[in-house]
Amino acid sequence: MKPLIQARQLRYRYPDGTLALDAVDFDLFPGETVAIFGANGSGKTTFVLHLNGLLQGEGSLLVCGKPVVRENLAEVRRKIGIVFQDPDEQLFMPTVLEDVAFGPRNSGLGPEEAEQRALAAMKKVAMSDARDKAPYHLSAGEKRRAAIAGVLAMDPEILVLDEPTTFLDPPGQRELVQLLRALPQAKLIVTHDVAFARAVATRAVFFLHGTVAGSGPVDAIIQQFQWDIQLGPA
Amino acid sequence: MHHATIDRWSRGQSAIHRLDARAKILSLLIVLIAVGTAPTAGIWRTGAGFGALAVASASLARLPLVGVFTRSLAVLPFSLTFAVIVYVTGDAYQASALLIKSYISASFVLLLVSTTPLPHLLRGLERLGFPAMLVLVIQYLYRYLFVVSREAQHMRTAAISRGFQRAGFRVAAGAVATLFARSYHRAEGIHRAMIARGFERHIPILAAERLRLSDGLLVLLTLGIAVIIRTGAMR
Repeated sequence: MKPLIQARQLRYRYPDGTLALDAVDFDLFPGETVAIFGANGSGKTTFVLHLNGLLQGEGSLLVCGKPVVRENLAEVRRKIGIVFQDPDEQLFMPTVLEDVAFGPRNSGLGPEEAEQRALAAMKKVAMSDARDKAPYHLSAGEKRRAAIAGVLAMDPEILVLDEPTTFLDPPGQRELVQLLRALPQAKLIVTHDVAFARAVATRAVFFLHGTVAGSGPVDAIIQQFQWDIQLGPA
Repeated sequence: MHHATIDRWSRGQSAIHRLDARAKILSLLIVLIAVGTAPTAGIWRTGAGFGALAVASASLARLPLVGVFTRSLAVLPFSLTFAVIVYVTGDAYQASALLIKSYISASFVLLLVSTTPLPHLLRGLERLGFPAMLVLVIQYLYRYLFVVSREAQHMRTAAISRGFQRAGFRVAAGAVATLFARSYHRAEGIHRAMIARGFERHIPILAAERLRLSDGLLVLLTLGIAVIIRTGAMR
């Protein structure tokens, strides 16, 4: 089976000299949901920003078989949907419907077709009633779902979520788990939330100092890198 | 919050709210031109005429009259300055004309934004040929006003929780700098999210609503009333 994402020896240095990615090798296969663990500053988000060409480092990176280079960016960005950590940054249009239709309109669909696409995506995340609402009138959970709809409307083959449980209360997290389990796309989820990762991921990788230090079943990785609180009752 | 109230008003359900934004913008333009170009002679009558029209529209839109007409006073700090200068030069009549015109104009602008949700207003402006870049700037300003003011609120709460009492110049300047840096950071995040969904240069819009007969009638009616008030005041 061909990987949907294939990174080989990916290396990136920020303009200030910090080496953020140091020879990252990574594969994501169809049907997988991979959790990315790692300390703050270990390169997780930097890696995500490479996936659709927002940052470009050395080494090779293929998304759906296409190298992530200037000529392919439009296509790559259609195939990979990134949901960023802060939904306030993701929802920038005046109404939910317009926001969800933003991606499809950019990919060249006409207004009516884009609207149909947006409505279908909103239905998938149970946000059909919010079509004319302004983003600042939504709850944290609704914002998250609207942001996911905005990405689903582009019909991507890969979903990338950066810290999706931030700001969500337990019912909100539970809804998110159910939603993610129901979506067929391959997923890459950057998270510190171990319980959440156990509930959705089929595999985990661990980032350490800008490189992938381990890959395997979620529980095995958590144990290997002692990535749980593990302190017993107070 | 000030704009939160107007935002709530703009989502009302009256006949005026249901009219198309384009018709309301054009009607506002007619009123503004009629008021702005009204001769100083007979300004009280013109003012009374348009004032009555403003009150009638606000009641039709079921807006709280006191709320709308006290909020319109917000224009006075600007126009009052000029009115005082004109008054000092000895033209009291001209000074009162200035005040009346600015207050009436502000009331009508407020009526427009209190009866039209901002997204509709912006789409209306765009379809009337308003520069897209300017629409974009207003749209983002409005969208993030809420976010930035909430951030400022959080910073204030955090400062008070640590025993902060009265803002000195230094502290205030520092807070503004932090807020600016945060907003800048956020702007970068937004841009990133836009690019991730294929943004290139233009903000795409969805299908336009059709104009209805009532929208055309509003424009004609406003035009008629403006002409009647203006010619009535001349006599």
